Amino acid sequence: MSPTPITRRDFLKLAGAATALATGACTAPPDEIVPYVRPRAIADGIAQFYATAMTMQGRALGVLVQSDMGRPTKVEGNPAHPSSLGATDVFAQASILELWDPARSRTLRHRGTPATREALVAEWRSALAGLEARGGEGLRILTGYVGSATLRAQLDGLARTYPAMQRHEWEPLHRDNSLEGARLAFGRRVDCAYRFDAADVVVAVDADPLGEGPGWVRHARDFASRRAPQSMSRLYAVESFPSITGDMADHRVALAPAALERWLAALDAALRGEASTPLPLVEAAAHDLLAHRGRSLVVAGEGLPPAAHALVHRINARLGAPGATVSYLPAVSDVACAESVAALSRDMRAGRVQALLILGGNPAYDAPADVEFGAALARVPLSVHVSLYEDETSAACAWHVPRAHYLEEWSDATAHEGTVSIVQPLVAPLHGGVSIHEAVAMLGDDAASPRDGVMRALHLEGAAWHTALRDGVVASTAPAPLALTVRDVAFDPADVADGWTVVFRPDAAVHGGEFAPNAWLQELPRPESKLVWDNAAYVSATSAARLGAKSGDLVEVARGARRVVAPLWILPGHADDAVSLPLGYGRERAGPVGSHIGFDAYPLRDGGFAWSAPCSVRKAGGAHALVTTQLHTRMEGREPAKHMTLAEALSAHSAAHAERPVESLYPDWPYDSYRWAMAIDLNACIGCNACTIACQSENNIPTVGKEEAGRGRSMHWIRVDRYDDGPTPLHQPVPCMQCEDAPCEAVCPVGATVHDSEGINVQIYNRCVGTRFCSNNCPYKVRRFNFFHYSAGLGERPVEGSNPQVTTRMRGVMEKCNYCLQRITRARLQADKEGRRIAEGEVVTACQAACPTRAISFGDLSDPASAVAQVKRSPRGYTLLEELNTRPRTTYLARVSNPNPQAANE
Amino acid sequence: MNSQVLRGRWGYASVTDKISDLVLRRPTHWLWALGFGIAGTLTLVLLGGMVWLFAVGVGIWGVNIPVAWGFAIVNFVWWIGIGHAGTFISAFLLLLRQKWRNSINRFAEAMTLFAAGIAGLWPVLHLGRPWFFYWLVPYPDVMDVWPQWRSPLVWDFFAISTYLTVSLLFWYVGLIPDLATLRDRAHGAWRRMVYGFFALGWRGEARHWARFESAYLLLAGLAAPLVISVHSIVSLDFAIGNTPGYHSTIFPPYFVAGALFCGFAMVLVIAIPMRRFLGLEDFITIRHLDNAAKILLATGLLVAYGYAMEVFTAFYSGDKYEIAIALDRMKGFYAPVYWTLLFLNVVVPQVLWWRRARRSVATLFVIGILVNIGMWLERFMIVESSLAHDFLPSAWRPFIPTGWDWAMLAGSVGLFALLFLAFVRVLPALSIFEMRELVEEEKEEAR
Repeated sequence: MSPTPITRRDFLKLAGAATALATGACTAPPDEIVPYVRPRAIADGIAQFYATAMTMQGRALGVLVQSDMGRPTKVEGNPAHPSSLGATDVFAQASILELWDPARSRTLRHRGTPATREALVAEWRSALAGLEARGGEGLRILTGYVGSATLRAQLDGLARTYPAMQRHEWEPLHRDNSLEGARLAFGRRVDCAYRFDAADVVVAVDADPLGEGPGWVRHARDFASRRAPQSMSRLYAVESFPSITGDMADHRVALAPAALERWLAALDAALRGEASTPLPLVEAAAHDLLAHRGRSLVVAGEGLPPAAHALVHRINARLGAPGATVSYLPAVSDVACAESVAALSRDMRAGRVQALLILGGNPAYDAPADVEFGAALARVPLSVHVSLYEDETSAACAWHVPRAHYLEEWSDATAHEGTVSIVQPLVAPLHGGVSIHEAVAMLGDDAASPRDGVMRALHLEGAAWHTALRDGVVASTAPAPLALTVRDVAFDPADVADGWTVVFRPDAAVHGGEFAPNAWLQELPRPESKLVWDNAAYVSATSAARLGAKSGDLVEVARGARRVVAPLWILPGHADDAVSLPLGYGRERAGPVGSHIGFDAYPLRDGGFAWSAPCSVRKAGGAHALVTTQLHTRMEGREPAKHMTLAEALSAHSAAHAERPVESLYPDWPYDSYRWAMAIDLNACIGCNACTIACQSENNIPTVGKEEAGRGRSMHWIRVDRYDDGPTPLHQPVPCMQCEDAPCEAVCPVGATVHDSEGINVQIYNRCVGTRFCSNNCPYKVRRFNFFHYSAGLGERPVEGSNPQVTTRMRGVMEKCNYCLQRITRARLQADKEGRRIAEGEVVTACQAACPTRAISFGDLSDPASAVAQVKRSPRGYTLLEELNTRPRTTYLARVSNPNPQAANE
Repeated sequence: MNSQVLRGRWGYASVTDKISDLVLRRPTHWLWALGFGIAGTLTLVLLGGMVWLFAVGVGIWGVNIPVAWGFAIVNFVWWIGIGHAGTFISAFLLLLRQKWRNSINRFAEAMTLFAAGIAGLWPVLHLGRPWFFYWLVPYPDVMDVWPQWRSPLVWDFFAISTYLTVSLLFWYVGLIPDLATLRDRAHGAWRRMVYGFFALGWRGEARHWARFESAYLLLAGLAAPLVISVHSIVSLDFAIGNTPGYHSTIFPPYFVAGALFCGFAMVLVIAIPMRRFLGLEDFITIRHLDNAAKILLATGLLVAYGYAMEVFTAFYSGDKYEIAIALDRMKGFYAPVYWTLLFLNVVVPQVLWWRRARRSVATLFVIGILVNIGMWLERFMIVESSLAHDFLPSAWRPFIPTGWDWAMLAGSVGLFALLFLAFVRVLPALSIFEMRELVEEEKEEAR
C-alpha cells in the first residue's frame, strides 16, 4: 500500500516490534518437529519443508510449508494429502501473510486492559468451582466445526467432568442444509465426497464444488482430469450467481433461487420419465444423466433446502452414483449450527450462561442477525474468546486470549474425505498466542504437552508418528464409505414469487470475513468481477436496468426493518430478480487493513434464511467508487482467449505454431543448454486465482491498496483475465510471455531488461532507472511498476517472513514474472553439485505448484520429451498475439466446450 | 505602408539606443513586475512538485499500467516542439537570406533555448529513479556498463543535448556584438565587467566581423539540420515502439511540422505582447506577424495532412489494432480531446487565409494560444490514447491526470515565462547589430 509517513513514535514501536519478531522467529517450537523431505539440521540458505494442514469449516487442506532458517515463508500443497494432491487454494497461500501479520493480537486482555494469563486462569477456575456443584450447568463452549480428534477428546474430557456443560457450534458458512438433507434421506447426517474424475456427466444445481467448500481443490483436480478432449466429461450448471463451476460448465442456466428448486423438481420428474414443466436444459440433462448411469452425478449446493438435498441423494441413488461418483462419510458435525447458536443466545439472554468459552470464530460479527448474539453476550458474567485477531467478538467478551496460528500449533485435522493429518508448528508462537488445545487445557486442568495430546488422541507413537508427521497424512485413516439406503422424501419446490431474492455468498477472497485483515486476499481480483478491496451487490444487467442503476450506484436491500446499503455491480451471467451479497465485509475490528471497508450483509441473514431470502431492493441514491482490475471484459474480436468445441478440438491438426519459422531482422538467440518454457491450458484453468497469490507469496510482491489499484497499479505478476463475450466465460492467466524477440528488451535505454542464456527475459532491478518504455512496448502488459515504495507499505510481511531468495523492489523500478528464476537457480545448484542436468519436473514455478487443475506446464523446451514440449504440440496450442512475431515462450491451449448436441438450442 | 519590415525613421544610432535602452535604462513596469511575480509563483509550484516527486515517487502523477507515460512525456514533446521555431528562424531563414527575420530571431532563439531546456527537464523528472538519469550517458563506468543503443531514448538523449548545445552556441555567438554594445553603454563597473566578460573582447574590427560572419553562417549550417533531426528523433521514441498509434513511419516529418507549427504559434504569443509593452512596433511590424501567420498556416496544413494520413494509413493497413485505435480516438474515452485538437489545429488556422486576420494583432494572439493548446492536446492524444487502448482488451485503462500533473505543467509554463521576463531585462530582445544592418539595407532599397 502507499507509504504513510512514519513518526518518531511509530519508528520506535516498529523497531521494538521488529526486535520482538526477530527473537520470536528464531525460537524453535518446544517439541521436536520433523522435516518433510530430508531430515537435516537447519542449514544456511537451504529451505526445509514441513507437512501440516490448514483447516476451514472443519475440513483440512494438507500443505507443505517452506521454512528458511526456521522462518515459514511459503505454503505449498502436500502431494500426499487427498484434499490437496500438491495444490493449494488462495486461503492456504495467504495464510503465510496471516502468520506474519503485525496486526495479529499479541496481548491477553481483560475488558480491553492487558492482563496476565494467571489472572484469567484464576478467575476461570473460581467460576468453574462455583458451577461444579450443579455438574457444570451454566458452562458453555462455542466452537466451529470440530475436525480435530484432539479437540474432540479434550471436549469429551471436559464433558465428563462437567456433565451438565453444553457445547455449541457455529460456522457462518455452515452446512446445515446438506447435513439435514442427508438426515432426511439416510436417517443420519453424512458428508459427501465427490469423485469428479469418475463422472462423465455432472449436473450442479446452485453448487460450486470447483470453487469453494471442503475438498474443492481436489474436486477441481479431478474435474480437470476429465476435460482432455479424448475423454471429456460434460458439466451442466444451474445457478443464480456465476460461480467458477458455472464458468466451467458446458451448459449453464441462470435462475433465481426459487426457480432453482423448481428446476430440480423438473429434473427429478424427467428422470422418472414423468411429464415435467418445460424448463431449459431439463430434458437434455436428464437424458444425459440416464445415458451415463453409474458415471453421472448431481451435486446440490448449500443454498438449496434440506428436502432438495434429500431429493438429490435419491436421484444419485437412482443413477447409481453412490460408490462410483459420490461416497458418504460421517458428518463433520452432529449439530445444526443455526439452532445451536440460537439456543446459546437465548440462554445467554435468559441468564442461564455463567461461563462461556469461545474457541475461534467471530459470532458477534457473523451469527444470524435474528439471534442478536453480541447483545446477548453482554449478559454472560465470564466470557473468554480465543482468536487470532482482536475482533468484534473479542471486544464483546470479558476476556480475549491471543490464539496461535495454525503454523504455530500442534493439532490434527480431517480431510474432506476423512483422512487424518497432523498439524505441526513451524515456529514458536510469534506473538505468544496459545492454541485452542492449550486454551482448553489451561482452563481445564490438563498438564500434558500439546504434542502429547495429539499423539494420544490419534493413538500414534514411535515410527508411525514420525512417518505421519513427515508425510502430513496418517496412513489409511480415510473412513470406509458408508453404505446407506435412501428414503423417499417429499419435495415441494418453493413457489416462484414475484419480487427480489437476496442471495448470500462467501466472498471469493475474504470468505466469511475471517480473512478481512489479509491484504493479499483483499487485493485479489474476485474471479467473477475482478473487484478488489470491496464487496458489491451483484445483479444482472436486466435487473439493474429495472432499478435504473448502474455499476457503482448505491442500492438498498431490505428485509423488513433490516436494511443494507450496498454499491451495485452488474455481473454478466447473474440470474434476474436476484441480488447476491458477498459476506465477510463491513468489519469493524479487522485491523488496519480490513476494518471499515465494504458493507456487512450479515444483518440481513437469519438462522432460517441462511443463503437466500425474499427482499426488496431500491436505488438508494449516491454512488461508491468500486475498483476493478479489469475494466474491459469483451474480447473485441481479437480472441486472446481461444475457444473450440469438442468436435473442433478432436479434428484439429497438431499445431506447428511452436516451431514455425518467422522472419526477423535480428539473428536467433543461440541456446546451448535449457530453454525454459510454459504452457497454460485454458481448458483446465478455472480462474481460482491460486496462481496469482502463490506468485505474490513466492516473489515478495507488495500490495498497493484500493486507491492505487483503482489507478491501475496492481502488482500481480500473473493476473487472470476474464472475458465474458465468448461462447462461455473464459479465464486466462497472463504471466510474462518471455518472448524470443522481446519488445521490452529493445527499448530499455540502460539494458535493465535482457535476455538470459536460457531464454528468460530477466529484469535487473538495480539497473532499472524507470523510463517505463518496456511496459509501453509490452503487448501483453505484464510488467509492473513501483510507482511508490509499495514494499514498505501497510499490510506487507515483515522482512523475516519474506522469501529470502527474492529481492524486494524499491520504488521507481519495473518488475515482472521471471519464471521463478530463484527456483531454477535452486535446482541448478543441486544439479551442478551432482554433476548432471536439471531433471524434468525438478523446477516447478510457484503458480504451477499452486494450480489445483495443473493448468500450467513448465519445463525445458530443448528436451522434446519434456512435459511442456509435449503439451505445446497439442492441436489446441496457440500463441497470444502471434501476429506480432514476439515468439513467446509462454503459450496457451484453447478452451474446449463439450455441449450436448441434444441441447444445442439451449 | 504596412508591408515594411521596419517602420518609421530609424538610423544606426537611434536603433542602438532604442534596443539597448530596453536593457540598460527602462524602469520596471508594474505589469512586468506582476508577470514576474506570477511566473515566480508558478515556478515555485514546479519546484515544490519536484521536491515531492523526488521524495515519494512518480506515483503522484496519474501514470499507470498500461499508460506508463503521462504528462511528463506530453510536456516534453510539447516544449521541444516550441523550442523549434527559434532555430528555424535564425538558421534556416538566415541561410535563405530572409532579412525580415533579423528583428525576431533573437527572442525566438531565447524562446528556443528556454523551451528546449524545460523540455530536457521532463525526461529526467519522468524517471522512476531520476537520480540515475546519467546512466543513459555513455560514461566510462567501472563496471563497463553502457547504454543500450537500440533504445530510442538513448538517441533522444544525444539529439536533445546536441540541439541544446548548438542552439546555445548559435545564440551566444549571435549575441557577442550586442554584448559589446551593452558593455560600452552600461553604467557601473559591475555591469560592464559582466557584459565585457561575455563580449569576449569584441571591438568591432573588420577582422572580427569577417570571422563572426563565417562562424555565424557555419553555426547556422550546423543548426539547420538539427531543427529537422531533433524532433525526428523525438518522434522515434514513439515510432520505434510497437504500440498501435505509435508505430508509424509518418511520425518524423509529422512531428517536425507540428513542432514548427506550435513554435511559430508561440513566437506570435510572445511577440505580440512584447512589441506592445516594449514599444517595438516599428521593428516587429505587421509584416513580421503576417509572415509568421503564413508559416503557421502552411505548417498547419502539413499537420492536418499528418492527421488525415494517420487515419487513412490505419484503415488502409487493414491492421485491426491500428483501426481500433483510430476509431477509439474518434469515439472512445479521449474523443473530446481528439475533436478539440482537430478543431484547434486544423479548423482555427484556416482563418489565416484572410489577409485581414493575418494583420489583426488580437486575432493572431488568440490563434497562437489556441494552436499551442491544440498542439499540447495532440501530444496528449498520441501519448495517452495509444497506450490506453493497445493489444489486449483486458489491459485497457485510461490515463487520468492528477492535480500534480496539472500543477507541474502550469509550473513549467511559469518557469518559461520567468526566464523570458528575465531575459528581456538583461539581454537585448532584438539583435542590435542585425537591426542596424536592416536599417542600412532599407535605406539602400529606398535609394
